[in-house]
Amino acid sequence: MSEPVVKVENLNVWYGKPQIIGRDKRVHILHDVSFEIKRGEILGLVGESGCGKSTLARAILGIETGKTGTIIHNTFRPQMVFQNPYGSLNPYKKIGWIIEEPLRVQRKYDSKERKRRVLELLGQVGLPESYMNRYPDELSGGQRQRVAIAAALIQQPELIILDEPVSALDVTVQAQILRLLIDIKKQYNLSYLFISHDLNVVYQICDRIMVMKKGEIVESGDIETVYNHPQHPYTLQLLTE
Amino acid sequence: MKKRNYNLIFGIIITAFVVVLLLIGIFWTPYNPDTMNVKLRLTGPSAEHLLGCDNFGRDIFSRVLKGGVSTLWISVATVLFGLVCGIIVGAFTGYYGGVLDEVVMRLNDVLNSFPSILLSLVFVSLLGPGKKNVVIALGLLFIPSFARITRSEFSRIKSLDYVKCAKLEGVPPLRIMFVHILPNAVNTLLSTTAIGFNNAVLAEASLSFLGIGVQPPDPSLGRMLAESQTYLFSAPWYTLSAGGMIILLILGFGLLSDGLGDIE
Repeated sequence: MSEPVVKVENLNVWYGKPQIIGRDKRVHILHDVSFEIKRGEILGLVGESGCGKSTLARAILGIETGKTGTIIHNTFRPQMVFQNPYGSLNPYKKIGWIIEEPLRVQRKYDSKERKRRVLELLGQVGLPESYMNRYPDELSGGQRQRVAIAAALIQQPELIILDEPVSALDVTVQAQILRLLIDIKKQYNLSYLFISHDLNVVYQICDRIMVMKKGEIVESGDIETVYNHPQHPYTLQLLTE
Repeated sequence: MKKRNYNLIFGIIITAFVVVLLLIGIFWTPYNPDTMNVKLRLTGPSAEHLLGCDNFGRDIFSRVLKGGVSTLWISVATVLFGLVCGIIVGAFTGYYGGVLDEVVMRLNDVLNSFPSILLSLVFVSLLGPGKKNVVIALGLLFIPSFARITRSEFSRIKSLDYVKCAKLEGVPPLRIMFVHILPNAVNTLLSTTAIGFNNAVLAEASLSFLGIGVQPPDPSLGRMLAESQTYLFSAPWYTLSAGGMIILLILGFGLLSDGLGDIE
């Protein structure tokens, strides 16, 4: 078995600044979270809103400051796809510009090669090449999410964090995007951390699942095992809802 | 049914009229605005002198054009100066927040708490009168308002997902500020700029009215107003033409900025 892409050990996250004098006013968001994401696997993370799912995502991305514990990355710069496709694309920039931006700031390749890669990725996420010169306003939610996926892919990451990537979309579009995500994963041998509150979607796409309640992981394991034989009452509650 | 944006329409018409008039004024005026003619002293409007002549027998129409042009230049320069500095200050304070934001914004409050005409009087008397100094003095006073708007836009936009995305992609902060965020703040800044332009026209006219703006013999709308006070009843066209020009300038840009603000 190959080494995990990300290994998290005893991760604690607090919000607020530590007080030097007086009572500690920080809010404890994540309690001793430990898990790992294997290469080529889709790990689902479920739990009600406000339980710390997005905080965990931000901690892995390295943009959460008040944390203790260890996060071992065996990957270069994980990428993220956000929940709301209407907010994650800059409205004043063309699609091609948005996808190309990471390469441009890293001064990788010349402009011809960058353009070639953008076009290739547009094809891969199922958008016609003419979309290069369109603005996000002209695209539907599903199409925008495809663009966001392309923008995450262009840096050739090994891990992509998907923060409720389909919850803002129609059911039919949801299925298309999930299909696309699975195809892309196979092609590039990617790993996903798939955050969701929709257990049906998680069942369709994930290999393993973690259930989070109030900042703690209460249950984790194989998707079939957890769905068929839930151990924790909270998991049972989520499944029967 | 969509309501028509009358502010924008009339704003564009008036502004276009004034700008065309002043563009002509840059290259050509009916008479030399500085030529005096005692015989024509305080004569009323006629076919030869559209707006009559002033107390030295100079053609008022020519002087209004020249004065308007100089007011326009000063206002444009002032607004540009304030806008560029304000955007830089606002971008950094809005994007980074924290202590820098607190300190700079409190300095802003201090500048804002003095009446602007008083402050510009102080600046101009320190620097000495003249076009360049008026631009610097007024420009400095314009920084806070632009900085404030830019700051609020930046601190709003910086928490949006596409900026977070850009951070994750490793885009450097300066590029995020001026390439990713700034274009999204342009709409708001545009209507503020039009208002700022109005204030600049007014402030320049007031400084010249008080005699510390544009210096003679250059014509200036503000100073024409001051000089014409004495002849308010014997030669009302003198006051009316200078004041009318100021009103047209301000009305046009005021409507324009309102109209721009109403878009979307």
